[in-house]
Amino acid sequence: MKNEIIITVKDLKGKHHILHCPTDMGFTLKDMCVAYELPMEAVCGGMAMCATCHCYILNDIIGIPQKNDAETALLSEVMTTTANSRLACQIPLTNEMNGLYIEIASE
Amino acid sequence: MIETDILIIGAGPAGLFTVFEAGLLKMRCHIIDALPQIGGQLSELYPKKPIFDIPGFPSVLAGGLIDNLYEQIKQFKPGFTLNEYAINLTKIEENLFEVTTNKGTVHRAKAIVIAGGLGSFEPKKPLIDEISSFEEKGVNYFVKNPEDYTGKNVVIAGGGDSALDWAIHLSEITSSLTLIHRRNEFRGALDSVEKVRLLKQKGKINLITPAEVTQLHGNETLEAVSVEHEGETKTIKTDYFIPLFGLVPRLGPIANWGLEIERNAVKVDNSTDYSTNIPGIYAVGDINTYPHKMKLILCGFHEAAMACQSIYQRLNPNKKFVLKYTTVSGIDGFDGTRKEAEKQVVASID
Ligand SMILES: Cc1cc2nc3c(=O)[nH]c(=O)nc-3n(C[C@H](O)[C@H](O)[C@H](O)COP(=O)(O)OP(=O)(O)OC[C@H]3O[C@@H](n4cnc5c(N)ncnc54)[C@H](O)[C@@H]3O)c2cc1C
Ligand code: FES
Repeated sequence: MKNEIIITVKDLKGKHHILHCPTDMGFTLKDMCVAYELPMEAVCGGMAMCATCHCYILNDIIGIPQKNDAETALLSEVMTTTANSRLACQIPLTNEMNGLYIEIASE
Repeated sequence: MIETDILIIGAGPAGLFTVFEAGLLKMRCHIIDALPQIGGQLSELYPKKPIFDIPGFPSVLAGGLIDNLYEQIKQFKPGFTLNEYAINLTKIEENLFEVTTNKGTVHRAKAIVIAGGLGSFEPKKPLIDEISSFEEKGVNYFVKNPEDYTGKNVVIAGGGDSALDWAIHLSEITSSLTLIHRRNEFRGALDSVEKVRLLKQKGKINLITPAEVTQLHGNETLEAVSVEHEGETKTIKTDYFIPLFGLVPRLGPIANWGLEIERNAVKVDNSTDYSTNIPGIYAVGDINTYPHKMKLILCGFHEAAMACQSIYQRLNPNKKFVLKYTTVSGIDGFDGTRKEAEKQVVASID
């Protein structure tokens, strides 16, 4: 469908969820995980303040925006950060991200 | 023992406004909160950020909204138990509940309003093996009484606003203050970063970045920390280690009170009065859930008003609840003050 992409999310128990995400509503990856009621707390509501939307990007997808300063700084304080860590609230969804595969990080 | 009409658990906007609605109906309130200050998420997470969807306020700072709410409720003289978690809740008899905190403070009330938001905030702890054995023995996750650090050696770790703000504040009274962060860059208000830079130049703050506290040492109490910095490990003598890595909310003890819980929230009846499955216990604000719930401040205010009128009717079954407009009837505080609209005059104009 036009302006809709599919994202696969692995939750903390290893279960996979298929998310149908509109790309023309200004949603972030965090917004969709919350809308699908996945176990992502996103306490600060997407202000790059809490890191409870921490996830790992599991496949190579072009079009994911670079980390901004706030995201880089906050992730550096999280104990479970790895090279593929991102904050889902800092990733606005675009059509290029179709097929993205992520895993929700534990704290 | 503290006795009151309504015991409110949580001093966020929903809990604070409950005091006002209860006061209009002549019911007294006492509030418990795990944090040392009132305001819930607004004070803890975003005090200096603006909110744009409070009716009547095109823009208001979160901290300012809490100040205003306090100003609005203070004439109803609410009591506060701050810095303590509500742990146990038991029903003693019809219309009498008892709530105990982690510090053993006992509260009794005729009704309970749970306004616990996302739950009580708990500190994120660094992954250091021996840390739990030093908690309250040199390791503190909150700064409760700044005076405790007078003349002491203190190590703070963290890279956000609270690490910066406490480093600035405590450096005025400590014997030495070391600030440690995993990166060279800090995340915080520009003027705080600037102040720390100045204090470092003046030798008031010993700044070590990029670095990490990896071990704690001491017999009974903390005596030193090991710090890893650019491949080397050195030991710093210290009386206190304060890791400030932010807070995460946990539903915590509320989950064990026999309330119906759904998706980390307390189920309530939104068609009437936001009551829970236990008569006499209500839940308002972010902590409750019902079909189409929206976690917004304005929804919490509405829920507080509905819960209070229901409590009034529970406690006064023989009195009729009459809705009054504050403009028309004015408000009488428990402190003897009265607020009212100016009276109309009947006079001729010559
Ligand atoms: C960054 C950010 C921006 C936001 N922006 C907006 C906005 O623009 N508009 C809007 O309407 N909403 C906004 N919100 C949401 C809003 O902050 C919440 O809806 C609101 O704080 C809920 O209020 P509350 O009183 O229910 O709970 P909270 O504010 O969460 O307060 C609950 C309090 O209960 C205490 N507590 C919990 N359990 C216990 C216990 N067992 N013992 C003792 N104390 C306990 C906690 O310590 C806490 O202080 C925002 C939230 C965030 C994080
Ligand atoms: S939701 Fe808090 S950092 Fe993303």
